[in-house]
Amino acid sequence: MVKYAIQRTALMLFTLFIITLMCFVLIRMLPLAPLPIGDPHTPVIEARREALGYNKPYLVQFGIFLRNIFTKWDWGICESAKYYGKDVAALFASKMPPTVLINLYSIIFSIPIGIALGIFAALKKNTWIDYTISTLVMVCISVPSFVYAFLIQLLFCHKIQLFPLVMKGGTDWFSWPMFVSMIPAVLSLAFGTIAGFTRTTRAELTEVLTSEFMLLARTKGLTKRQATVRHAFKNCMVVVLPAIFGSFIGILSGSLIIEKIFSVPGIGELYLYSINALDYPLFMLLTVFYTAIGLVAGIVVDISYGFIDPRIRMGSKK
Amino acid sequence: MENNYTHIPQEKFAFAQKDAVIHDTKFDTKARGYFADALIRFKKNKSSVAAAYIILFLVIFSIVSPIISPYSVYDKDNVFINHPPFNPTVAEWNIGILDGAVTRDSLNEVAIARLKAIGEETGLEVYLRNIGVDETEMLIRGKKTIRKTYKVEVNKYYEQGIIEKTISYEEFEKIQAWQNESGVQVIFPAIDLDKVYPDATAEDLRYVSLDPNIWYQCSDTKNTPVYDADGNFIPAYVTDASKAGAEYNSIRIKGDDGSYVYSIGKSGSVSVRICYYNYYRYLKNGEQPNYFFGTDQYGRDLFCAIGVGARFSLVFAVLVSAINLTIGAVYGSIQGYYGGMIDMILDRISDILSGVPFTVVAILFKLHLAEKVGVVASFLFAFVMTGWIGMAALTRKQFYRFKGQEYILAAKTLGASDKRLMFKHIFPNSLGTIITSCVLVIPGVINSETSLTYLGIINLSELFGTSIGELMSLGQETMKDAPHAMLFPALFISLLLISFNLFGNGLRDAFNPSTRGVDD
Repeated sequence: MVKYAIQRTALMLFTLFIITLMCFVLIRMLPLAPLPIGDPHTPVIEARREALGYNKPYLVQFGIFLRNIFTKWDWGICESAKYYGKDVAALFASKMPPTVLINLYSIIFSIPIGIALGIFAALKKNTWIDYTISTLVMVCISVPSFVYAFLIQLLFCHKIQLFPLVMKGGTDWFSWPMFVSMIPAVLSLAFGTIAGFTRTTRAELTEVLTSEFMLLARTKGLTKRQATVRHAFKNCMVVVLPAIFGSFIGILSGSLIIEKIFSVPGIGELYLYSINALDYPLFMLLTVFYTAIGLVAGIVVDISYGFIDPRIRMGSKK
Repeated sequence: MENNYTHIPQEKFAFAQKDAVIHDTKFDTKARGYFADALIRFKKNKSSVAAAYIILFLVIFSIVSPIISPYSVYDKDNVFINHPPFNPTVAEWNIGILDGAVTRDSLNEVAIARLKAIGEETGLEVYLRNIGVDETEMLIRGKKTIRKTYKVEVNKYYEQGIIEKTISYEEFEKIQAWQNESGVQVIFPAIDLDKVYPDATAEDLRYVSLDPNIWYQCSDTKNTPVYDADGNFIPAYVTDASKAGAEYNSIRIKGDDGSYVYSIGKSGSVSVRICYYNYYRYLKNGEQPNYFFGTDQYGRDLFCAIGVGARFSLVFAVLVSAINLTIGAVYGSIQGYYGGMIDMILDRISDILSGVPFTVVAILFKLHLAEKVGVVASFLFAFVMTGWIGMAALTRKQFYRFKGQEYILAAKTLGASDKRLMFKHIFPNSLGTIITSCVLVIPGVINSETSLTYLGIINLSELFGTSIGELMSLGQETMKDAPHAMLFPALFISLLLISFNLFGNGLRDAFNPSTRGVDD
């Protein structure tokens, strides 16, 4: 198991390295953003570019880039107007709290609901309850998140005025008004997560409930309730738990659209900014970040399968 | 009896049934193929059939709507901005839809009278219906008074009423000629301020903001109307012929004895009161505004714009899924058939590609290629770059499932080449699964495409006029004034995606009955 985990991690680091190299070269190949003349930061940035080896071959540049990261945790400085001259890594860290909080609230809110709905639908399989829940899941998964965001903003924020239209400014992340102003964004994110968990749980539990060991459990004399709670849930969790771990890793990444609509000063918004302002150092950091999140979530899911269920230790025999 | 089966002489062999009559009856029914079977199963699934019809309807809508709409996606009206759905014919039936209604609240009686007066003068019923009265008690100079305010629905297209416009003599003549021809009145008599406010002093008038829609006598400068004995407005038009800027020989309003003056002279041109709605008809050769889905913040017809955006989304999604199907099928076939080292190397490559977030791919392709090969092509490359991986994995799985089966061994023994084995014997077996996932890829592509255009990362409006994502992001901005501008594109895209998913699920169940009811 440990060997498998190490193997996977090594493979992941390799993949991350290749992707970083590819993106780095592709970004450095782009023409540089012109710097405003006469600005006090301009000579600083020009000197920096020289130090980063902009005139040298790409592989040398990549070497300097990696050396700076590993020795000084230096990802470069912002080159565009809004955050001119700021340290990219520090800026990135300062944008973290709102994204993490919103996603965390959303997950804490939606996982129990999703699993409960899924269990409910599976137990009442092929009744109107199941059909209703499955149809709603279908709708929630298909409809893009900006449509929910719009409906929530229109109904709760504009018509009823229960919540503010956009997120409150300031850095008092744990105050009550801040929490209230986050609710619309949290809700918009929750729909998709709830639907996803409901679907997974329902599919898994339906399969477990029809398997033969359930029949055996009943034959042994367990009531349906006992059999479900003791045997079916455990087996169903083999699939659901890794999904939960995966989504906890995913909370870091945020959503570009939701953050834009509700003016959340988070990672997604920063990413969008770096794209529109063509701030390459910022873009590079965020690209590496998003790639890493995706890869880590993937292996966490895979490895946790192995930890939870000894039957699925893929590749461990190698 | 002696049975010696080891050395049977050759002449003892005879054909058992060379000329014999076979008594088995031939099958009367036609053999049912794999696809026909799937079709029958598909038809039993009511919701998927309904979804298929909805998709068909939406596709037809996107083809037809830009054709039947009187506007093109480049027509931008600068007055009818963010206007709600309106159709002149339906509006006349007065059934509460397509009547251009918007809600206006906290209007007092004077404002209501003004709205009704616009209706009376121009014949365009601005005031639609009253939907609520608010009563507030307040103290005014120590006296308790009840102030009533009304919440009403008004026709936003007519609400503009009359505007003052300075036009040239030629234009004035042209409008008159058009009026005579069509019988629609654009120019209305000029108003005489002294008659509107007979009691006001020159000092009062200095603070009056002139409203060309106040054509009746008022008792004060707050525009409280004065009614005559029958409860009608008292007109306050100019009757002094010497003020006329140009001759007027066209239709006159009801109650005009020929003395009303329709234009005020201004150096080289005339100042006239124009009913904007009818002026619009004059500009459009008599066509009335006709916006089934209303207009967006650029004054574009949403009915047409949604069709234009949807055309692109649909064609693009089908194209992407077809290309991904081809690449993925070939890649997956090679992986699955050869296995071993080749499989592992190809798997690493697709692993690395699938690790790059899609947004990053889209942006890098846009930055690098958009100028060289165009926005759409670079966008297409971005989708193809990572999109085929899922399809390849699927094909690979199917190949692993089938390649060890006996019929493949038999074909191999008969000397079939690798290519023949792959594409003649194994691939057709996985076709059902692949087609299904191809259909399920379409909503995914539409979703990502809409998200990227919504965020403005990809801008297609220069090429195609608009895109659904752009329409929605514009609608989001004007959510408070014009929720319809977001609602209609959102409704369209939601319906499309839901139907595609339902349709795809139905197809999957039909092709692969064992997975019925399992959702992933």
